[in-house]
Amino acid sequence: MLEIRNLHAGVEGKTILKGVNLTVQRGEVHAVMGPNGSGKSTLAQILAGREGYEITDGEVIYEGKSLLELDPEERAREGIFLAFQYPVEIPGVNSAYFLKAALNEIRKHKGQPDLDAVEFLALVKQKMKLLDLSEDFLKRPVNEGFSGGEKKRNEIFQMAVLEPKLAILDETDSGLDIDALKIVSNGVNKLRRPGHAQLVITHYQRLLNYIVPDFVHVLFDGRIVRSGERQLALELEERGYEWIIRQEPQLV
Amino acid sequence: MSTATETIEGFVSKEYKYGFFTEVETESAPPGLNEEIIQLISTKKNEPDFLLEWRLKAYHHWLTMREPNWAKVKYPPVDYQKIIYYSAPKRKGTGPASLEEVDPKLLETYEKLGIPLKERERLAGVAVDAVFDSVSVGTTFKEQLAAKGIIFCSFTDAVQEHPELVKKYLGTVVPYTDNFYAALNSAVFSDGSFCYIPKGVRCPMELSTYFRINAANTGQFERTLIIADEGSYVSYLEGCTAPMRDENQLHAAVVELLALDRAEIKYSTVQNWYPGDENGRGGIYNFVTKRGMAKGAHSKISWTQVETGSAITWKYPSVVLQGDNSVGEFYSVALTNNYQQADTGTKMVHVGRNSRSTIVSKGISAGHGQNSYRGLVKILKGASNARNFSQCDSLLLGNKCGAHTFPYIEVKNTSSKVEHEATTSKIGEDQIFYCNQRGLSTQDAVNMIVNGYCKEVFKQLPMEFAVEAQKLLGVSLEGSVG
Repeated sequence: MLEIRNLHAGVEGKTILKGVNLTVQRGEVHAVMGPNGSGKSTLAQILAGREGYEITDGEVIYEGKSLLELDPEERAREGIFLAFQYPVEIPGVNSAYFLKAALNEIRKHKGQPDLDAVEFLALVKQKMKLLDLSEDFLKRPVNEGFSGGEKKRNEIFQMAVLEPKLAILDETDSGLDIDALKIVSNGVNKLRRPGHAQLVITHYQRLLNYIVPDFVHVLFDGRIVRSGERQLALELEERGYEWIIRQEPQLV
Repeated sequence: MSTATETIEGFVSKEYKYGFFTEVETESAPPGLNEEIIQLISTKKNEPDFLLEWRLKAYHHWLTMREPNWAKVKYPPVDYQKIIYYSAPKRKGTGPASLEEVDPKLLETYEKLGIPLKERERLAGVAVDAVFDSVSVGTTFKEQLAAKGIIFCSFTDAVQEHPELVKKYLGTVVPYTDNFYAALNSAVFSDGSFCYIPKGVRCPMELSTYFRINAANTGQFERTLIIADEGSYVSYLEGCTAPMRDENQLHAAVVELLALDRAEIKYSTVQNWYPGDENGRGGIYNFVTKRGMAKGAHSKISWTQVETGSAITWKYPSVVLQGDNSVGEFYSVALTNNYQQADTGTKMVHVGRNSRSTIVSKGISAGHGQNSYRGLVKILKGASNARNFSQCDSLLLGNKCGAHTFPYIEVKNTSSKVEHEATTSKIGEDQIFYCNQRGLSTQDAVNMIVNGYCKEVFKQLPMEFAVEAQKLLGVSLEGSVG
């Protein structure tokens, strides 16, 4: 479904990604871990189409298409969803209105008819239960005045409604207390589908206790230096990133 | 609930869609202004002597005045002798036309503008007075309103049918000496709307005036006078459009509102005069004086305006809070795109005790647009415990536009309280990317963000108007994101 080949990218002349290779198949959950500054968030932003990054080499194939040629909204309509590390506030724009507009754009792209207000509300109510959200949430402006935990829950709620083929979760665990983390993870797990994939980006192993990945990759200094199964994450937790770095002398 | 997509689909093109011209036979005065022209206007309208005298006094006063130049707008000097001060579609037959007698071409024009004048086709609940160039072409629902004692008609008809009311109230809120444009208007105004709500009557429908400038080289000078007698209520809507022309055209209107004890007037404007093309050629000069007198105790006057059109806007809808416990409100969205300039705001003059005013101004600048908020809050000595809250926000799209805020505050009373908040923000790339990432195009994202920003003002508008205003902002912003 997603194939990242030798991706080199940077910003303002500074190279951040130095040859990332990663393949994600349908139905798989991949975790990308790494210390601060390793390029995790850059990778997420580039996949979602954020402007301002310079791609100097490599390519990304998504569902047979060259992803980097698509506008961010086209990527979203093609099924890529980024759960933001720092969700953005849009004052005065009602959450339900925003989400309905987004959903109908995606439906239109798939050749499906728009959902009307009644159908939309029915769908949304069902998804809200997943994230333990109350209905007044829909009437509030997008992320405005939300607590950190509410913002993250809102991201996963949007993901539940939009049902992306490839969800990229960028540090979804940051700023969450343990209860919120459980709710969010539980939501994410219930959204696993055989045809869909998830790319979970995190600094800490902690999240992977709840969202159990099929594969774990360690990103360091713009490259994936180690890939493995879930066990790798546990080892990392125990031994720290230093352990991997020491084993790869060419990195130091 | 309408979605962004529905709203966007309504934006057929980024062209100004009301820019067409209607071929009708008109009767026009020669260009220029002098006593004879004023005589001519007055004679055409068969006016009583008091009105002619008033016009002439205004004219002579105007001659002593100079155009104001303190606003932050730039334009070449206007040659007042080149303007045609009277233009009217020719009437078939004589005497005031009923709707059935109105030239079908005029009815068609209003249909095209989405303002059908045939009553059975009207949305229930809105009565319309349509003003075409200098004269009113028709007023709907007159009879139903008359049954409640409400007078809603063209100014010309009011002069004929209710001269005593006109004489009593004309110029009491905006005297002809008020300012250059008000004096000019008082001398040459040719029509407008008149409305009187009797004691204790709650007007059962929205009243509305729709102004249309059609003829070239013509100035439009209309006058609106609304009187809400004790304990009455009225909600009034005003809409405006004009054909696209390369020359600038002058619109200098006067609106006077008077609210007596416990009366409430809600006045909403969606102003969509032709703004000029993307290079700043053509467009309407909108130099308008609007003022409300909250004369009675517990009276309330509320202005809501959405300003998307005109090349230059010079407009400060104001409230004089004369009555004790009176309330004044001003909610404004002013958008400038391309080379539009707006200098707009309000004046709240507190005279009565416990008077309260609220100002919410939202400026949006795009392209090379220049947007200024200019507001005065004045609290006089006797206005004990007066309160004002002002909030002025500016939103910038791009980096060639400008936003300016000029708040003036004069407080002569120690028990009163004045609060002012101001913010300036740019639409963030973060916000746009967030919307993009959810599948929305950049244009839709901008429309959504801007509409969210204006929400506090839009919610003051009657329903249909609010929808109209949202669409209009979308059209006016089209192409502003590159």
